[in-house]
Amino acid sequence: MSIELKSVSKQFGEVAAVNNVTFSVNEGELLALLGPSGGGKTTVLRMIAGLEVPTEGDIYIRGQRVNDIKVQKRNIGFVFQNYALFQNMNVFKNIAFGLKIKKWKSADIKARVRELLELLGLEGLDKRYPHQLSGGQRQRVAIARALAPKPSVLLLDEPFGAVDAKIRQELREWLVRLHHDLNVTTLFVTHDQEEAMEVSNRIVIFSRGNLEQIGTPRDVYEQPANEFVARFIGVMNVLELEVFKNVGRAGELQFPAPGYADGERIRIGFRPFSVQISSDLNQFPYQAVVRQTYFLGVMLRLELELESGLLLRSRMSKEEYANLALYDGKKVSLQIRNYRILSREHEPLGPELTAPEKSSLFVGEGI
Amino acid sequence: MAAQRFRVLPGFGLTMGFTLFYLSAIVIIPIAALFLKSFQLSWADFWRVVTTDRAMAAYKLTFGASLIAALINAIFGTILAWVLVRYTFPGKKFIDALVDFPFALPTAVAGLTLSNLFAGNGWLGQFLVPLGIKGAFTPLGVIIALTFVGMPFAVRTLQPVLENLDRGVEEVAATLGAGRLRTFVKIIAPTLLPTIITGFALSFARAVGEYGSIVFISGNKPFQTEIAPYLIVFRLEEYDYLGATAIAAVLLVISFVILAVINYLESWAGRYQR
Repeated sequence: MSIELKSVSKQFGEVAAVNNVTFSVNEGELLALLGPSGGGKTTVLRMIAGLEVPTEGDIYIRGQRVNDIKVQKRNIGFVFQNYALFQNMNVFKNIAFGLKIKKWKSADIKARVRELLELLGLEGLDKRYPHQLSGGQRQRVAIARALAPKPSVLLLDEPFGAVDAKIRQELREWLVRLHHDLNVTTLFVTHDQEEAMEVSNRIVIFSRGNLEQIGTPRDVYEQPANEFVARFIGVMNVLELEVFKNVGRAGELQFPAPGYADGERIRIGFRPFSVQISSDLNQFPYQAVVRQTYFLGVMLRLELELESGLLLRSRMSKEEYANLALYDGKKVSLQIRNYRILSREHEPLGPELTAPEKSSLFVGEGI
Repeated sequence: MAAQRFRVLPGFGLTMGFTLFYLSAIVIIPIAALFLKSFQLSWADFWRVVTTDRAMAAYKLTFGASLIAALINAIFGTILAWVLVRYTFPGKKFIDALVDFPFALPTAVAGLTLSNLFAGNGWLGQFLVPLGIKGAFTPLGVIIALTFVGMPFAVRTLQPVLENLDRGVEEVAATLGAGRLRTFVKIIAPTLLPTIITGFALSFARAVGEYGSIVFISGNKPFQTEIAPYLIVFRLEEYDYLGATAIAAVLLVISFVILAVINYLESWAGRYQR
């Protein structure tokens, strides 16, 4: 176990930034701390580094309790969002800074810096000053500086926040490769769920200081622990239903809702790809009009308007779109293949349910 | 011809013209006139007037005391600015406002106050003079007065830069194992140095030009506590206009050279910054 947090809380005055958080990180793992801004993820990262002191709870690094160990002695590498390079030092001196403090011999320092320059593709830049580097190069220098003293864990705060979309994609792939090569335990903070899904082995999801779920990208996507996670990870259609005789209704849509009392309101959610579309108006129970099509590259996202005015989001490949001969304004029929009953936030979710085909026909007969 | 660039606010010609006119009227023409006037003396006469023992002593005091005062301001002004930017404490706003005090106070008032304070029977003087620290009517008094008038320049120059200093840099140094002293010496101080030098230069320039407060605290004894600006006034009172302008021209040249050197130092210290 590389890092362990046990019931860690952090108060800033009256505000609880982090609320009773417990999780552990395996040696060599690449872990994302994900959540909306103000969720407490950066505070968690800073507490692990020793830049913030937890109000309650214990933090362990490689089995050692580090609460009382100063940041200088924790042997962690930290990379700031804005890189925080030393402007008055060239690239070589930036990277060598931590090694000099650890009193490495100058020949060893040179060898280690050269090794890192090569590893991070910064050869020939050792004499440059930070202001003479591009954004991507600056970030790599910051990572090299953090890695130089061979830290037991690498912590990155919003590592891709400050670069444009194209470079961000490259950096993601590059970080995965780097992590693969070095195998150093790495935690990074992000508010971008796509980024977390793509890069990490596991994701820790925070909202408002609470740990909502920890799991592999697949886990959190397919088995969200609660409504917050379900809505935060990926795109989800959310509907509020009113239950009557075990059937929940929203507009013309009907879903079996066994076990709920008449008049109770429940929320359900379903992914865009659960919305199945046909250009044959009689194939599926509900009629809708294609309102808007968004091209996302290989995939397309469609906004569909039901007769009652409800809007649903659907997702399909370009081929499907072509096969269905869809266009904005076209009438289609649709069904919802499966959905999930969402309870209130922070409560566990029920399993995903399969909506019976042509549900409207059966509903009246009381399922 | 390069294509003309679009500007939201045109008016380069107008503003540049005004700038040149303004600079000429306020700075260049008076200085040129000063030089021309002093050139009415023959070179030998000029040299004789500006190198009298009395004049030499006055230059030494003016520039020596100004340098020392600027140095004191650079060091304590930095500490003061640091305290004002980095910490919150009761009375901070008041102290912050107090920094501007020497800007606003008529310098003659400052001189009077200081000389009263440090005179043998003054509040501080009655304790300091028996210890051998004579703050009034001595070169030390000149330094005290010059430090007083130059202090806000050092503080106010540094404050905005300190406020913009990236805390992340300090934190990253800490994660790499650096203690406070190392972080300050290796990272913060080099970053602040160009601005500290600027504050030093401003404080120095202010000190060289200072007259009002010195007249009271120094006692203006020739060869001992007479500053060059006072010597100029003295010559004027003797109706020796040429002598006065000659000394003024020398002051101007020396100041210019020193400021040029400081400017060079500043760009050297800031060589790794944009």
